[in-house]
Amino acid sequence: MIFKASIVVMPLEALLDPQGKAVTGSMKNIGLPEIQNVRIGRHITLTVDAENAEQADAKVNEACSKLLANPIMEYYRFTIEKA
Amino acid sequence: MKFGVITFPGSNCDQDMIYVLKHIMQSDVVNLWHKDHDLQGCEFIILPGGFSYGDYLRSGAIARFSPIMQEVIRFAEKGGYVLGICNGFQILTESQLLPGSLLHNHHQQFLCKNVYLRVETTQSLITAGLTKGDVLKIPIAHGEGRYYADEITLKMIEENDQVLFRYCDGSGQVTNEANPNGAINHIAGVCNAQRNVFGMMPHPERCADTNLHNSDGRKLFESILKTVLV
Repeated sequence: MIFKASIVVMPLEALLDPQGKAVTGSMKNIGLPEIQNVRIGRHITLTVDAENAEQADAKVNEACSKLLANPIMEYYRFTIEKA
Repeated sequence: MKFGVITFPGSNCDQDMIYVLKHIMQSDVVNLWHKDHDLQGCEFIILPGGFSYGDYLRSGAIARFSPIMQEVIRFAEKGGYVLGICNGFQILTESQLLPGSLLHNHHQQFLCKNVYLRVETTQSLITAGLTKGDVLKIPIAHGEGRYYADEITLKMIEENDQVLFRYCDGSGQVTNEANPNGAINHIAGVCNAQRNVFGMMPHPERCADTNLHNSDGRKLFESILKTVLV
């Protein structure tokens, strides 16, 4: 069975995100100074062939922890649905 | 001592490193390819600067799973010497052969300039020939060089004397102004707890030829060779 995963990888809250900081700074330039604390991560989608949702969940979790995110600097979360 | 310099797709300091080892240091050196499964009997492996696999996801993240890195990891775990410079340092942290990680510079700019480094320990092959407190002028060229480790890891590497270099000014003072990228504790280079794996953001291979009017980088290569011969 093919499942589709939607993964979000974000810089850890405790870390400075220079990209997000630069974008926050430009919010006032487009007339939106109310917008603060921009943080920029990564959105990854993929499909996984698994027997059931539990197995798909385990495989995606392994992909995240080994390669897609680095726990020293990032955290991740994901959702899975039947493709 | 036989050196092996790895070329990843995107490496651009590999030939500089080979030139320095072969022609300046008069050492045996072979060029290893990222798809190789054999370290060809090398006793010291160098992961050069540049890029690797587009540095997609994170710098070094994909290179960590290349065929040659499986051999390098095995070699390092058996006590073999490995040095990573710039992107090589990033690959070594992604491989968890070195503690911590390297984040985007705090100002989000790519930096290419000379910086000063203070030697923090002589308990490593690459600094054994130097004196603690020595100041070296070595160039950096990176966008993601902000060394970071969590509080527990940082305490461990400080207590175990694993910090090789800190960014400093020309007189050896470690100041915020002299820290080019926001690195935690001003760290520019570290080694592992077993002291056989080394990583640094600055490029010693870019300042090892006297024709370049700065040969401070050569001192690290001299240290490796002298220490091994003794």
